[in-house]
Amino acid sequence: MVKRFGAVTALAGVDLVLHGGQMTGLVGPDGAGKTTLIRILAGLVDADEGSAQVLGASATQMRRQSLGYMPQRFGLYEDLSVLENLTLYAELRALPDAERSATFARLLDFTDLARFQSRLAGQLSGGMKQKLGLACALVSQPQVLLLDEPGVGVDPVSRHELWDMVRAMAGEGVGVLWSTAYLDEAERCDQVYLLSEGALVHAGPPGEMMARVAGRVVQVAVPASERRERLHALRASGVVMDAVRHGEALRLLLRQPVDQVDPALGLSNADIIAPRFEDGFIDALGGADLAESALAAQYRTIPENDAPAIEAKGLTKRYGAFTAAGDISFSVPRGTIFGLLGPNGAGKSTTFRMLCGLITASAGTGSVAGHDLRRARADARQSLGYMAQKFSLYGDLSVRQNLAFFAGIYGLSGHAAREAIAHVTQVFHLSAMLDMNAGTLPLGFRQRLSLACAVMHQPPVLFLDEPTSGVDPLVRREFWNHITALVDKGVTVLVTTHFMDEAEYCDRIALVHQSRLIASGTPDELRTLAGAGQGPVATMDQAFAALIRAADTAREKAA
Amino acid sequence: MSGLSLRRLRAMLVKESWQILRDPSTMLIAFVLPVILLLIFGYALNLDTGRTRIGLSLQDGGEAAASLAGDFRHSPWFSVVEVGDVPHLKDDLVAGTIRGIVVIPQDFSRMAARGGGDIQVITDGSLPNNAAFIAAYAEGVRQSWTAARAGHPASPPPLSLTLRYWFNPGSVSRFFLVPGAIAIVMTMIGSLLTALVLAREWERGTMEAILATPLGMGELLLTKVVPYYGLGLGATALCTLVSLLLFGVPFRGSVLALFLIASCYLFCALGQGLMISALARSQYVASQIALLAAFLPSLLLSGFIYEIASAPRWVQWITLIVPARYLIPSLQTVFLAGDDWGQFLPDMGKMLLFGAVFFLVTRWRMRRRVA
Repeated sequence: MVKRFGAVTALAGVDLVLHGGQMTGLVGPDGAGKTTLIRILAGLVDADEGSAQVLGASATQMRRQSLGYMPQRFGLYEDLSVLENLTLYAELRALPDAERSATFARLLDFTDLARFQSRLAGQLSGGMKQKLGLACALVSQPQVLLLDEPGVGVDPVSRHELWDMVRAMAGEGVGVLWSTAYLDEAERCDQVYLLSEGALVHAGPPGEMMARVAGRVVQVAVPASERRERLHALRASGVVMDAVRHGEALRLLLRQPVDQVDPALGLSNADIIAPRFEDGFIDALGGADLAESALAAQYRTIPENDAPAIEAKGLTKRYGAFTAAGDISFSVPRGTIFGLLGPNGAGKSTTFRMLCGLITASAGTGSVAGHDLRRARADARQSLGYMAQKFSLYGDLSVRQNLAFFAGIYGLSGHAAREAIAHVTQVFHLSAMLDMNAGTLPLGFRQRLSLACAVMHQPPVLFLDEPTSGVDPLVRREFWNHITALVDKGVTVLVTTHFMDEAEYCDRIALVHQSRLIASGTPDELRTLAGAGQGPVATMDQAFAALIRAADTAREKAA
Repeated sequence: MSGLSLRRLRAMLVKESWQILRDPSTMLIAFVLPVILLLIFGYALNLDTGRTRIGLSLQDGGEAAASLAGDFRHSPWFSVVEVGDVPHLKDDLVAGTIRGIVVIPQDFSRMAARGGGDIQVITDGSLPNNAAFIAAYAEGVRQSWTAARAGHPASPPPLSLTLRYWFNPGSVSRFFLVPGAIAIVMTMIGSLLTALVLAREWERGTMEAILATPLGMGELLLTKVVPYYGLGLGATALCTLVSLLLFGVPFRGSVLALFLIASCYLFCALGQGLMISALARSQYVASQIALLAAFLPSLLLSGFIYEIASAPRWVQWITLIVPARYLIPSLQTVFLAGDDWGQFLPDMGKMLLFGAVFFLVTRWRMRRRVA
C-alpha cells in the first residue's frame, strides 16, 4: 500500500498480512504511518497504490459487521452512558436481540465495567474509557479487530489488563492488529510489522529482531564515579551502537559479540543479557548517535549550591471537589535528574505547572533555584527552561522567528541572542530548516526545536514534560544524551515520561497515581520495593504496576 | 451498502436525541437564544420614525418669525424642548439632550416680507444620519410655511395625500420584525447547529468509529436531519407563542400554513448545514462558514431589516440566492395578512429547490473516508 498526503509520503509501499488467531503488532514512532495503514484496512482511507483486502472483499466493500475498530480516541460518545454507548454500537453492528443480554453481561464482566453502566463515558478514567472502547469494538464478535494505539496514556495495570483481554480474543480465532509506539508491547506479539517514516523496517516474529542482536547486548556494573570516563572510552572505541543507564549499571549494544571485543575496554566481566525489541530496532536503524553532547560542551557550569534546586512541600491543587494533585512533596538536589512517572491524568502535569508558576497551588509551597513560588514567581520562571508536553511553539512562525522570540522573552538581546540562536541551531541540526514554519517540521525536529527554545538562556533548572513522547528511539537517545550531559554541568532536570525504560536515566523517581505520590526512590530502590522482599523486579514497568496494585489494595483496605 | 436499516436509524436517533437533551449549549441555542432574539427585535430595535428633540432660538420678534416658530412646534417631526439663546442651547446639544438647533435670525420677518428669509440649522455632525434628517426636515418645515403664506391659507389644497397602512395600521415595526426573527432562529438551528454537530463528531473522533460500522452515509445524514427538524419546529412554535402572547403580534393565517412554510425552510436550512459540515470538519471553521453563508445573509439580505427593493441592483441579484428571502415575505403574510397560497406556494417551491440542491451537493461531497 502507498499513501501520500501532498508532499508527505505516509506509506511507502507496505505489505501486510493479518492472520486469524494471532496478535499482529504494528509498531513505530509517531508519524511512521501506523494510523494511515489501519484506516486503509478499516476502509476509511483510500490507498493511492496497492490494495487492501479484508475478509475476502476490498476494504471499502467489506462486511462491516465483522470488523471491530477502535480508533485512537476510542470513538465513545462522552455524553452517553456506558450502557448507551454499548447499545448504540450493538445496534449499528446488528447484534441479534436474543444475544444482547448475554453479550452485554459478558463484555461488562470482561471489562469490569458492570458497576459503571449508567456513568457517562466522559466521566470514566482513561483506562475505563479504553476498556469501553474495546467493548464497543467487540460487541458483535468481530473476525477482525483493528486497535489504534490502545495502550497510550493509560497506567501500566490497565495496559496489561487490556492486553490480556485482546490476547484472549485472538485465542478465539480473531485476527488482531495492535498498533503501538511502545516497543516492549511488540515483543509480546506473534508477528510484528515495524514501520519507520512510512517504510517497513521489519516484518516477522519479534524474536527475529531480538535474534539479530543476540550476544551483543551486555550489562556492565560501573560505579557512578567512573561512569563518565567509561562511557567516553566506549564511545571512542566505535564498538558500541547504543549505551543506556540501567540503575547503577550500563546497558550496551555492541557491534560485534562481546567475546570479539578488545579486552582493553574492560567488558570481559560484562553479563550478556536478553536483548529487547528496541535493541533490534536500533541495530536496524544503524545505531544511535553517541557523540558527546555539543549542547553541554558550550553550556555554562551551574555554581555549586547546597540548597535543593527544586523543592515541593505538600503541593496540592483542587478543582472544586476534584483533587488533581494531593500533598506532593519532594526535593531535588542540584545536578540531578528527577523523574515524575505516571499515567495521563495522574497529576504529573499539574504538579509540573504548579512548580513552573503556571497555576497557583491550592495548598503547599514550592521553590525553584531558591526562588519561592509564592513570592518570587517571575524570578523562579526566569531560572527555568520549560518544554511543554504539547508542541507549544508558534506553528505559523518560522524556526528562526521562534528562536528569536524565545531568546527575546528570556531576556537575551543583541550579540548574546544571536550567539545563542546560532549555537542551538548548530547543536540541533536546524540550519537547513530555519525558514520553514515550525508547524510543518517533522515530529523529531519539532521536539528538538522545543528543547532548543527551552535551553537557549542556559537556565540552571530544566522542566521537561514528556520530551520524548512519540519520537523514535534514536531521537530519544539523542535527547537523553543532551540531558545527562547537561546534568554533569550542574543543571537540575525535572522530567515526566511514560516510557518506563527512560526512568532508568533518572537519579530519583516519584510515582504518581490518582493524584497521589505513591512511592519514590532511585530506580534500583523502586525495583526492590516492588519485589516485596523477593528480589527486585526486572523492569520499571513491572515495578510501577506492582506499586500501583499495592497502593490500590492499601486504599481499599483503608476504605 | 445494505440499504436503509430501521434498526440502525432508530439507534442513531435515540443517540442524537440524548445528546441534544444532555448538551446545554444545544438547548441554549434552540430555546433560550430565540427568546433573547425576539426580545431584542421586539423591544430594543425600533425602525419607527418618532419626534426628534430640538432647540429653538427665536431671535426675531416679528409676526412671521412667531408663525414659523409655531409651525416648528406643531411639526410631527420635531419636538421643541428648549427655547433660548444659541450658546445656552449649544450646551444641550453637546450634552445630547437635544439633537439640533433651529435658529430664526434677527431680520427674518423683514427678509420674509421681501420673499426671502433664511433659517440656520445647527446639528451634531458626529451623528450624520440625525444631522441630515434634521437639516432636511427643518428645510421642509420652512418651505411649507413659505408656500402656505404665499398662497391662500383659507382655500383647501387642490390635491391631498392620505396614507393608510394596511395590515399594520399602527405601522409598528415590531410586527414585521418578529416574524423575521423567527426566520433567523430557524436559520441558526437548521444551518449553524447542524453544521456544528457533524463537525463535532469529526473533532471528537466518533465519526471515525461509526463510519467503521455498517451505518450508511444516507442513514447518517437522515439521523442528523430528523432531530434537528423537530428542534427547529419546536423553536418556531415557541417563538410564535412568545410573539402572540408577549408582543401581541396578530396571527391571521392558519397554523397549517405556518407549519408548511417552516418545514420547507427547515428542509433548506438543514441541507445547508449538512453541506457546510461536509466541507468543514472542525467546529470553528463550520461555525465561521455558517455565520457567513447562512446567518448573515439571512439577517441582511433577506428583506428582514433592509428593504430589498431599495438595495442596489447587483445586491438585489445576490438576494435571489438567499433562501431566507423567500421565507420572510411568506412569514410576514401568514402573521399579518392571512393565508395567501398564491404567494406561499411559489416561495415554498423555491425553498424546497434550494434544499434539494444542498442535499445533492452534500451527498456528492460526503464520502465515507476520513482523509
